[in-house]
Amino acid sequence: MSSLVQLLKSLSLKELRSGLGVTGRYLFGKKITVQYPEERAPQSPRFRGLHAQRRYPNGEERCIACKLCEVVCPALAITIESEPREDGTRRTTRYDIDLTKCIFCGFCEEACPVDAIVETRIYEYHGEERGDLLMTKEKLLAVGDKYEAQIAADRAEDARYR
Amino acid sequence: MFETIENWLQGFGMLPEGAITLMLILLKIIILLMPLMIAVAYLTYAERKILAFMHVRIGPNRVGLFGHRIWGLGQPLADAVKLMFKEIILPSGANKGLFLLAPVLAMAPALAAWAVIPFDSEMVIADVDASLLYVLALTSIGVYGIIIAGWASNSKYPFISAMRSAAQIVSYEIAMGFALVGVLMAAGSINLGDIVESQKGGFWQWYWLPLLPLFVIYFISGVAETNRAPFDVAEGESEIVAGFHVEYSGMPFAVFFLAEYANMILIAVLASLMFLGGWLSPLEGLPLVGETFLAAPSIAWLLAKASFFLFLYLWFRATFPRYRYDQIMRLGWKVFIPLTIVWLLVVGVMIMTGTPPWFDVA
Repeated sequence: MSSLVQLLKSLSLKELRSGLGVTGRYLFGKKITVQYPEERAPQSPRFRGLHAQRRYPNGEERCIACKLCEVVCPALAITIESEPREDGTRRTTRYDIDLTKCIFCGFCEEACPVDAIVETRIYEYHGEERGDLLMTKEKLLAVGDKYEAQIAADRAEDARYR
Repeated sequence: MFETIENWLQGFGMLPEGAITLMLILLKIIILLMPLMIAVAYLTYAERKILAFMHVRIGPNRVGLFGHRIWGLGQPLADAVKLMFKEIILPSGANKGLFLLAPVLAMAPALAAWAVIPFDSEMVIADVDASLLYVLALTSIGVYGIIIAGWASNSKYPFISAMRSAAQIVSYEIAMGFALVGVLMAAGSINLGDIVESQKGGFWQWYWLPLLPLFVIYFISGVAETNRAPFDVAEGESEIVAGFHVEYSGMPFAVFFLAEYANMILIAVLASLMFLGGWLSPLEGLPLVGETFLAAPSIAWLLAKASFFLFLYLWFRATFPRYRYDQIMRLGWKVFIPLTIVWLLVVGVMIMTGTPPWFDVA
């Protein structure tokens, strides 16, 4: 008897029709596409994008060349050379991040004792020549100067979870 | 309309009779094929759009016309231009003649079948008596294009695909043929125009109701015949990349594409001619609207019905996962063929007893 019911069910295409019903409902459903250049998905303050070097409010660069970031970097993307400055403080003479090696894990930011190296929310950048994606100290500081307000706000928002 | 043009051409006086006939035939072919090609182009657009909507996406909406983004309506034209300028790659191991002949062999029957399709009681290029047989013959010839493409590519996946597609099309041809036998028994004719005319009398007079199982089987077989989802093992992108047209690029690939979509439209039009009363209005004979233009037979009704079937094609593709190959064969041979034979008996009995409202006259 149940096999007869089964036969009638399959002849009436019951399951196929209920499947069509599902796709038919979604045909009129609200579409979830985010149309990228005009619309954007929301970003977390912890977003790990392009790197930046920060300065103190008085304009002094934060980095003290402790090389913790260079050590922790799993992709060996950071290269640091340092020397004492005229005033006797230790500063970097070279601070390179090779973005073609970087995996954007955020460990450098975690390791930094003075919050000098940070990752910003910027993700729309490109390089047209070899070397464009090698971030030198000047470039990193320039990014930091340009986006300091945003960077500081993001750190402040995240501070209570640290 | 054609008489006017004929008279005008004869007015020149110097054209031989044969040339005038030839020009008229060419004109008719162009009038048929231009809208068909445009329909094919926009069917690809409709497919992407409807699939996207069923996936909760938006689909192509960037390429517009004349600087306006009209929901991406320029997309098919951009695609066509892109395909025309792509390089045609000939694989070094391929049989060059057959490799280039295959798309033509797929395309030609898909277009030639349209010669006997009536769009109206008068709009038909060739009003052949056995037009149903002609259509059936040409749709099965289309498989040669696929087989030759698979063989001439000299590559494994196309060959597997060609074999699959050949076996599948031959199997479903039988179920399809039996379904059509039911139609010609009911109509008493194998002329498509006569088949439509014998369904006169409104929605409930059409053959979809007395021949319901044959109708369903015909359309599903049609989906299988055109190698569309869920019967698209010949394409099977997850297993054999793209099937018989793996090695094709540029225009030859586009021709396969055109053939597939022209066949889809053909099946949709045939299904509406044979089971949904073609150009007849569903409102015929109803009170109130029975006398207005809504009840008059018109090509618009045929196009609306064909669009419905084409939408079903896309709906199926969005809904059903691909059949396993042995399940396709099982469905064709062990389900469809016995079912059609049983229903042919039922149709025979209905005709013998003159079951109203379909078979009581005659």
